Amino acid sequence: MNLFNIIENIESVDQEIHDRLNPRRTALKQFLNFGTKVSVAAMPFALGSLFNKAYGQAAPTDVKGILNFALTLEYLEAEFYTEGVATAGLIPSGPGLTALTTIRDHENQHVAFLKTALGADAVAKPTFDFTAGGTFSNVFSNYDTFLAVAQVFEDTGVRAYKGQAGGLIGNKDVLTAALNIHSVEARHASHLRQMRRARGGAAASIKPWITGANDTGIGAVVNGSFAGEDNITQGGVNITQLMGAMGNISVNAATEAFDEPLTAQAVLEIVKPFIK
Amino acid sequence: MKDTEHEVLKRRAFLRYAGAGVAITALTMAGCKKDDNGPHDSDGVYFGSGDIAILNYAYALEQLEAAFYTQVVASPYSGMSTLEQGYLTDIRDHEIAHREFFKAAIGGKAISALEVDFSAVNFSSRDSVLATAKAFEDLGVSAYNGAGRLIQDVNYLALAGKIVSVEARHAALIRDLISNGSFADNTVVSATGLDTSRSPAEVLKIASPFIKTRLDVRDLPTY
Repeated sequence: MNLFNIIENIESVDQEIHDRLNPRRTALKQFLNFGTKVSVAAMPFALGSLFNKAYGQAAPTDVKGILNFALTLEYLEAEFYTEGVATAGLIPSGPGLTALTTIRDHENQHVAFLKTALGADAVAKPTFDFTAGGTFSNVFSNYDTFLAVAQVFEDTGVRAYKGQAGGLIGNKDVLTAALNIHSVEARHASHLRQMRRARGGAAASIKPWITGANDTGIGAVVNGSFAGEDNITQGGVNITQLMGAMGNISVNAATEAFDEPLTAQAVLEIVKPFIK
Repeated sequence: MKDTEHEVLKRRAFLRYAGAGVAITALTMAGCKKDDNGPHDSDGVYFGSGDIAILNYAYALEQLEAAFYTQVVASPYSGMSTLEQGYLTDIRDHEIAHREFFKAAIGGKAISALEVDFSAVNFSSRDSVLATAKAFEDLGVSAYNGAGRLIQDVNYLALAGKIVSVEARHAALIRDLISNGSFADNTVVSATGLDTSRSPAEVLKIASPFIKTRLDVRDLPTY
């Protein structure tokens, strides 16, 4: 039984129902309207002075904090691709360069978008170390290392946005914008995975979607970016107990079909080595 | 239907206030209570309201995609490469996982199996199949992106988020199979780097030629 429907229906024949249920008629009415009416008038995307002080490198606690957290990640990606594309001899000309230029442009657009949204409250760009303290020492001289780091940034970025969606549920326009960035990051991840597969080697069997946990062939150093991606239970439903095309849905399909979120804390731990 | 319902409620209100406990009988006899999932021959399959309606909306789209890829894998287009077959089979299995998940999660309020219409698709043609796949995947991404703001329960929002990025991975792959490098081109990504979102009303308008079953989405949130 749906409480909202019941009260709504009774209201149509009994105008005084709200008074009967609760003397605070307007408050109840607003509560009931919450789910059925969505404001078409876009709330201004001006967030600036409304929010408390927050930083991109601390776990966010409000909308501004979430946007600064996102901005920090976008700074990271934007500078990474900008530097990579500008590095002579790193990326072979052709489809690879075209794709990485497209991705570079999107990440810079995301930076600009978030900075505009945050206005004076936007955090400053950190200083980055894309070798992560020497872990990826040849990131700007070896194309495969560059693609590996790129792919991990994208897969992590998808998880980072996903982890913040709930925190934006109270601000519909910011939520929609974040979702629209989130799926672009997923498109990037899909393409970078295809690029790495085409290069062969350790990534020869990687797919556009994440199979199990760390499927990258990069090694345990990136395990944190894929921890929990091997989850097979969604909303209390074990996906592998559901009927697939032939027999039950496989474990691989169950993990691939759902991407998993990461907490801001986990994401910050992952990107920490890249921030000086 | 609305009028009948109104009459029923008038009777129910009267009966309740008169102290009679037989209101349910009246509702059952009328057979058209709003949140009853029974057959609605004249109005189509009822999605429910609020978050349940949004979940049924996602379930409907996943049914459409799963049925499409099931057909694609069952009757491969001429010249389908091993790599393509592997990817399309994976996507089929993901869409089936999404479909079956929604069916299980919505439970008794889930809509019935929808009858689809793929008569516009030439399953023996790579171009026709991939163009349709691209349309479905991009539509799916925009549907989840657009529905996010309508979801009230944070857990459902999280689930939609888990699925939409997989649809975006599919969309990018299918686009690259058609034309390498088109994974996020300016037909779907704006000049500010944002993907597309569509309201349920817009999405259903685009999807409707592929769905034979009549849908009753009168209480589906949209904007």
